[in-house]
Amino acid sequence: MCEQSNLLGLIGPNGAGKTTALNAILGLIPYQGELKVLGRDPWSERDQLMRDVCFIADVAVLPRWIRVSQALEYVAGVHPRFDRAKAESFLAKTTIRLNSKVKELSKGMVVQLHLALVLAIDAKLLVLDEPTLGLDIIYRKQFYDSLLNDYYDRNRTIVVSTHQVEELEHIFTDLMFIDRGRIVLSSSMEELESRYVEVAVKPDQAAAARGLKPMYERQMFGRSIFLFDLKLNSADRQQLTTLGEVHTPSIADLFVAVIGNQSVMAQGASR
Amino acid sequence: MNTQPNAVPESSSQSQGSTLAVVSPAQTLYWSIRRELWENPSIYLAPLIAAIVFLFGFFISTLSLRDRMHGVLPLDAAHGRDVFASRYELAGVLIMGTALIVGIFYSLDALYGERRDRTIFFWKSLPVSDLITVLSKLAIPLVVLPLLSFAITIATQFVMLLMSSVILAGSGVNIGALWRDASFLHVSVVLLYHLLTVHGLWYAPVYGWLLLVSAWAPRAPFLFAFLPPFVIYGLEKLAFNTTHFLSMIENRLIGPGNAMAPNAAAPDFMATLIPHHFFDIPGLWMGLLVAAAFLFGAVRLRRNQGPI
Repeated sequence: MCEQSNLLGLIGPNGAGKTTALNAILGLIPYQGELKVLGRDPWSERDQLMRDVCFIADVAVLPRWIRVSQALEYVAGVHPRFDRAKAESFLAKTTIRLNSKVKELSKGMVVQLHLALVLAIDAKLLVLDEPTLGLDIIYRKQFYDSLLNDYYDRNRTIVVSTHQVEELEHIFTDLMFIDRGRIVLSSSMEELESRYVEVAVKPDQAAAARGLKPMYERQMFGRSIFLFDLKLNSADRQQLTTLGEVHTPSIADLFVAVIGNQSVMAQGASR
Repeated sequence: MNTQPNAVPESSSQSQGSTLAVVSPAQTLYWSIRRELWENPSIYLAPLIAAIVFLFGFFISTLSLRDRMHGVLPLDAAHGRDVFASRYELAGVLIMGTALIVGIFYSLDALYGERRDRTIFFWKSLPVSDLITVLSKLAIPLVVLPLLSFAITIATQFVMLLMSSVILAGSGVNIGALWRDASFLHVSVVLLYHLLTVHGLWYAPVYGWLLLVSAWAPRAPFLFAFLPPFVIYGLEKLAFNTTHFLSMIENRLIGPGNAMAPNAAAPDFMATLIPHHFFDIPGLWMGLLVAAAFLFGAVRLRRNQGPI
């Protein structure tokens, strides 16, 4: 379902099943059906799988009693692909001291430490479940900067689940929306750009635009913004440019449109 | 929209080298045990503190012994030997008892604590199997604590001997005899044997049970560990008016030593600690089987459990 060297964004409303899906991938919970991660069954081969996979769970908790130096020593002891020097060089850029205990660090520093540990592991798959939850914007920015600059390359796959779509628009190569346990959209970013179009239409043209059956409509600054799915719609890009200003929708808008339609359909079905 | 992240090429060049790197299970177990010692310094601190408190008491009592001996009767050799032998034993018993209590509380928290403080996902994010984790936690009460209490006991007894030599020097006590009679080398071998057999093997099902409860309990593992035996005892008593379960538990906790003191002639308390024909006792093997079943359960539970 996910190719190598992708940076996949897993996006869904609260309770959509993001964490459940990721936990199944990581062998933390049992599942029905068949699931292979890097050719292994995560439930029965978690320990072997973890040589190639690393993750930060949504409740990213490092033990409060552990010293930074002990954490480095322990991970170096049990993980064949951990590069201690690399982790130390990450930490050198922060204000974290090696002899501090985790309980003495601030929340942002704990995330930095966790990231330093994880990024120093030469894994094929990195799974981050809401990695920046509760962090302020500066830390979030730093987090994704180091993720991209120090880690991401063609041999690796990164899966990030998040609420903070806007900040991550430009880093994903692939996108997956899930809602109520189902994948409602799965696509590469290139495909998304050619498939979805947003048109800002002046009120006098709105009726014409509605006639082309947009998948979503919202109002902004006196204009109607219509979102078209060109794959399912007879309208083409050319036609839409005559209606108004055409651009690519943001992930957040697309998300609202796709998930919103889903829930309308679900409500209709239940009636 | 920019979909191509600015990947840094140099990090890809170094990512190939370590594909074959492997950490052996023994190494993983070693680090897991070290981790337990980091998390629970009480494993070594509690017996150490017990030893220090005991040495302080011993210091006071030896001082008073010296004062009593001044002027009054010089201690006869046999009496002196008894006094000191019993104190060496007391040191051993005290440290062993402390280690036992530490072991019980450690085991109850071992698999419960990581779920309660939600660090279990961090530990599971590392390539350490549930089996190795549970084994490392079992090794603390079964191997580490007995060996530690042995080492601390020997050190304590040696300090006691030095202390009494210094304090009693010149008070009419034959220091040479003190050293000759101390015989704690003999005692220590007995002690080590006792620690490894009784504490290491005989108690295995007890610690297995504690770890099982610790892996399962949704809260209050202490309650869940100690309540069921009472309930089973009560039910058995009510239903059949027998106490087989209670005597089984008693036999397990008291240890096999009492039932089979080697020869009645041995005046040495330490000798009673050696179970005779230890490896012929069917109860030992039954116990180990039960322990293995409990461990299997604990490993399965740890795989299934998330944070609470």
